[in-house]
This record gives sequence, C-alpha cells and structure tokens, in this order.
Amino acid sequence: MSITSQAEPLAKIRSKQMMELLASGKRIDGRDLLAQREITLERGIIEKAEGSASVTLGNTRVLVGVKIEAGEPYPDTPNQGVLTVNAEFVPLAHEFFEPGPPNENSIELARIVDRGIRESKAVDLEKLVLTPGRLVYVVFVDIYILNHDGNLVDASEYAALAALQQAKLPKVEVGEDGEVKRTGEFEKLPVVDTPISVTVAEIDGKLLVDPNLEEENMAQAKVTMTLTKDNKLCAVQKSGAGTFAFNQILECFKIAREKSSEIRRKFFEE
Amino acid sequence: MAVLVEKRQLVTPGEPLAEGDFIAGENSYQSEGKIYSQKLGLAEIDGKKISVVPLKGPYMPAVGDLVVGQVVDVSMGGWHVDINAPYTAILPISEVKGKPFGPRLEALTRIFGIGEILVSKVIAFDRTRDPVITIQGPGLGKVRDGVVVGLTPTKVPRLIGRKGSMISMIKRESGCEIVVGQNGRIYISGRNPEKVELVIRAVRMVEEQAHTTGLTDRIKAFLEAGKEVKTDEKQP
Amino acid sequence: MKSSRKLIDENGLRVDGRRWDELRPVKMEVGLLANANGSSYIQQGKNKIMVAVYGPKEAHPKHLGNPDRAIIRCRFHMAPFSTEERKSPAPSRREVELSKIIREALEPAVFSEYYPRSMIDVFIEVLESDGGSRCAGTMAASLALADAGIPLRDLVAACAVGKVEGQIVLDLNDVEDKEGEADMPVAVIPALGRISLLQMDGQFTEEEFAEALELAQKGCRSLYEIQKQALKQRYLPEKEALEAEEKGGK
Repeated sequence: MSITSQAEPLAKIRSKQMMELLASGKRIDGRDLLAQREITLERGIIEKAEGSASVTLGNTRVLVGVKIEAGEPYPDTPNQGVLTVNAEFVPLAHEFFEPGPPNENSIELARIVDRGIRESKAVDLEKLVLTPGRLVYVVFVDIYILNHDGNLVDASEYAALAALQQAKLPKVEVGEDGEVKRTGEFEKLPVVDTPISVTVAEIDGKLLVDPNLEEENMAQAKVTMTLTKDNKLCAVQKSGAGTFAFNQILECFKIAREKSSEIRRKFFEE
Repeated sequence: MAVLVEKRQLVTPGEPLAEGDFIAGENSYQSEGKIYSQKLGLAEIDGKKISVVPLKGPYMPAVGDLVVGQVVDVSMGGWHVDINAPYTAILPISEVKGKPFGPRLEALTRIFGIGEILVSKVIAFDRTRDPVITIQGPGLGKVRDGVVVGLTPTKVPRLIGRKGSMISMIKRESGCEIVVGQNGRIYISGRNPEKVELVIRAVRMVEEQAHTTGLTDRIKAFLEAGKEVKTDEKQP
Repeated sequence: MKSSRKLIDENGLRVDGRRWDELRPVKMEVGLLANANGSSYIQQGKNKIMVAVYGPKEAHPKHLGNPDRAIIRCRFHMAPFSTEERKSPAPSRREVELSKIIREALEPAVFSEYYPRSMIDVFIEVLESDGGSRCAGTMAASLALADAGIPLRDLVAACAVGKVEGQIVLDLNDVEDKEGEADMPVAVIPALGRISLLQMDGQFTEEEFAEALELAQKGCRSLYEIQKQALKQRYLPEKEALEAEEKGGK
C-alpha cells in the first residue's frame, strides 16, 4: 500500500532562503535553475561483474553492477534476451534508508531506469538468444545507492547505461544435455542507443534541473524524461504529490532534450 | 462578476460556483477569482457568500454537538470515546460529576468500562487536538439499556425533520426515548421491544429512502400500522 | 514483439472500430458498497474496477499521522482472475508503482489539510483489466473520494494516449497498449488546469508528444463530464426529495 510520504521538514528559514533565491533565479547551492551538478563517471570498477560503473552527481553517489547469465526467456518474448533492473536503497546511503525488501521508491526508481533502457531499445535483446525459445542471456542491472543527495533517478540511469556500455558478454557453449558452459571468451554487449534521463523539479512555478535532496523535499513534484540519441522521448514519469501545468511539461521536454544531448556528448559517445 | 449556479443546485467537487468578487463559504474554495465547490452538495447563495450544503461526508465534531459514543479505551486522564468522527473524543475525569478519585486505571474502568455507551456533548475541538466531551448536563451520561443504530451523518437533519417534525412524530408514535446524536449515532430505548424495533426500522427507512419524497408521511403510516406501507399500497 | 495484425484499417478505424480520437464506451457509478464511506465502479472497455474509500479516520498506527494534514493510503490491486493468465494475488512491482503514482495523482486534489492526524484509505480493485486500468482506477478513486464527502479541489480525470502505426490515438485498449508504439497515461485536475499523473513509454518525437498531450486533455474533458454525471445521477433524487420535504413543511 502506498502511503503519503513525509518529507524531512526543512528549517523554516532555510525554505524561506530557498524561495527568496528562487525568486531571483538562483538556487541554494549557487546553481542556475537549469544547471546540473557536476557529474563524474567511472567505468569498470567491479571486476567480478560483467559491467559496472559509478556515477556521482554532486553528493549523490550510485554504483551499478551488471551481471549476465544464461536463463529462460519470458514466454511472451521467446526470441529475446531478458533485461531486469533492480535498485537497492542501501542503508549506508542515508540515515532514513532502512534495510529490508524494496519499497515503493526503489521499485519506482528501478522501473523508470528500466523503461528508459527498454523503450529506447538500447540493449539489442534480439542478439541475446542462445537457443530460440529455450535459452537466452539474462542481463541483470543492479543499482546500488551509496549516498543520497537527491535525483537518484538520473544518477542511476547514467550509471546503468555506462555499466551496460562497458559490459562484456561471456561466450558460452550449450551442450547436448542443455548444459551451459562459459568458454572464457567475451564479446561486447550489444548496446545500440544511449537513453539519457533528465529530472526537473517544480518549486513555486519554477523549473529546476537535477534537484538536490533539500530541493526534492521542498518540491511538490518532479518529472523525469528520458530521450534517445535521436531526441525521441522514450520514458516519462511524474513523481511526487504535486502537479505540473501543461506548458511546463512541454518546457520540461525542451530542457530535457538540451541537457540530455550535452550529457550524451560528454560521457556516452564513443 | 456572476453567480454560475442556481440556489440549491446540485453541484460536484470542482464545479465553478461564482466568478468575481465573492466569498467562499462552507465547503467551497476560491482560486484565481473563482469560487469552486469542494463537495457533492447543494449550492447556497447568501449575498456575496457562496457555500455548499454537503449531501455526504464525515461527521466533524463541533462545540455544542450532542453525540452518542462508545468507550474504546481508558487512560490516566480519562476515557477515549469513539464518536464516529476522524478523531477519538476524550472524556476527562474532571467532566464526570461528583467523582473525586485518584487517576487510577482500575478505578476509571469501574466507572465506565470499555464498550459503555455515553450520551455526551462536545465542549472543545479545533482539529489539532482530539475533541473533548462532557457528560455533565441534563440528559447526558451513561445509558443502561436500549440500542444504538447508525445513520449517515449528513442524513441526521432528515431524521430530525423540519423544526424537529420528523423526530417528534417518531417519539410520539412510538413512545420511545430517542437521542439523535449529531454524529449519526441514534440511541433508542423503550419498554416495548416491538416499538423499539419499529423505531430502528424507521431510522433505516431514513437511511435508505432519504432520496424519496413524502418520507415523513410514509414513516408515520409505517409506525401507525406497525409495518411498512409501500407507496403503491396506499389507499386510493 | 510486434504482430502482423493491422491496428488501424484502410478506413482509419481501430481494432475495436473507433476513430483515432474516440473514447471507449464508459460507465461510472457511485455509492454501491454499504460498508465504505465512499465507493465507485467504472467500466471502460473491458476494465471493471471497484473502488472503496474509508475515512478520514484516526491514523493507525498513530505515529503515521501527520500534524498538518491527513495522510492517504492507496492500494491499486488486480484480482487474480482479472488477467488472461492468473495473476498472483501478491502485489507485483507494477502494482506497487501504480499505487504510488495514483496516490500522487489524487493527493493534489484532496484538501487533506482539513483533517490533520487522520488517514484516508483508497482501495482500487481491478476485477477485470484492459488497457488504461490505471487511468480508469484514478478516475474511479476520485469519484469514491467525492462520494465519501471528502473535500476536493476537483475530481481527477484521466486517460491514456498513444501511438499506433504512426498515428496518435486516444484511450488505448489492451492490444493497442501492447502492440502500439507508445503509451502515455495522463491525469488532470480540471479546476486547476494541471497534470497530476504523467507517464510514458514507447517513443515520441517532440511534435508527437505535444499532439498527444493535447489529445489527452481533450479526452480528459469528455471523461470529466461523465464523472460529474455519475455523481449527479446518484444524488439528484436525494436533492429532489429534500426539496419536496421542505416545500411540504411550509
């Protein structure tokens, strides 16, 4: 059951300061409304994972590991590999993260990232079939939040994409008895698009790109838009108990298109 | 500047009621120069004040309301009483007349145990704290026998009737003692169990047939005949 | 994934005979569950969804209560028999996500500040599912809230728009949802003129996105009228009886 979330209350003077700054087009951490925090990206950190990447977005820090195994295809897509995205809000990332099964926030996060990758067809799943209808590659994308300072979605999305781009696909031999053996050789995981998400929060009629945690607590709503390399929208999620005006949503698209191209150029084009 | 609805018009939440220089009364709100309804109900226009009389809704305690409640818990300060509202009411020890005693739980449950039915009055409530009730006053206090039946709170005025016409008629015809709690809890007691049963059925008729016309007459006929008279069975 | 079936025929008609901008037949009712404070039922395409609202009531456990407003608990749940293959009754990840986004679509419409420390429960049960069940569920939930007499800024109207064979279409059914190229559920709060639910999967160009958003607004406007009718139909007799009684008393 989904229950009204209770944001950490901001000190009154802090929210007042935030509003005053916003009125003059500035943010509490000195950024412009449309500026992202600094992004750092590191690929291939976990040797035992087929792919991995770590992203920092200001103080937000996310690690993604990709594991690839042989397994059964979904019955409705017998000739495609399987992609699954899971997110763990690890207790070390924030004092309010509790150990336990995934809650609605981590499920939502994983599903937004999943949607962006799936709908952009970034991973060519048709190339991941071993025995049609029987055996395919299963690509597990596990998102690990290490430090939470807002906008977990974008940090996770960038890390997931980087880890997939870097992932090696283990070559296997399938024996007569159906036994799967790794040959020890690898090829590249076929990643053919670069979906980039951009999250915009609304506070008091103003649109803010890449909200930090304080801003997220202040914002009633945010929206994540993911764009393909051809600037097509492939995933949207409005999140939070607030609303957007129609023209704001169209504005968000324009912001997302511009920001996603920048990030793609800087980090994801080979 | 215009009123957009007729007086007593049935309106739904979000329906614009007036545009321009008006005041949002009960169950309506103002946004960008317009007054909108918050509830399903009937529009009321009183000069510049536009409000809505709800047809459905939770009971919200108001100071002075007569309420019928049930004791659900006991703590050091007094009794917790379910009054069919979003908040449990508190009956403080100080509001129980002539009972000087130390705040010992054991002693409190001996006065009113859990499950006890109380006829009480709301003496304080402001939504930030639980409502406070009293049993000091004529007709208030613990009841010893009888039954309590529920009625949708917004239908309570229907059971009371115009200037009390319906409820006095029911009392007269049945000879029962009836306490109509504003909270939609009706206490009924009488010597004759059959009469009590008739009153219960009459309250149920109000609940189920609040949307029909001639309800008072029908209930009167029902109580007189000792059975329900359907409209179509009436003598020509 | 895509079948060879044509989703739009040479006359521009969709698999169920609708034009691109046509809604499925829809039926809405309120006030049908005796125990609930408010309830509703919606039938849209094959969707059959029942909603019950309980509350506002004391928050349980008490520490859940918020000193400033009522909290809303929302559960979107699909019956095991609502889908082609039996669905496990345990909540799926999809249901967890939808419970959250539907709650967030409803919350901005509710004057929850009127009932601090209390709790409002919204239970959405999909008895049979078709395309657009989250939108139908959202609409029905707002009707059940209104039926419970909970103060609202407005009802919440919702519909999905999508792309089928390159064409932007309104109110996707199951097949169009599964085989089409894009699906975008949208909910609006008409009195505020704002969007309270927005999701999208598939692919849209900027022009298609703008067009789809426009079409969604149009769809929501039509559905909103049906929502209002459902409430009025149920409560008009009560209003008339009240008036007759008053006249009789004079």
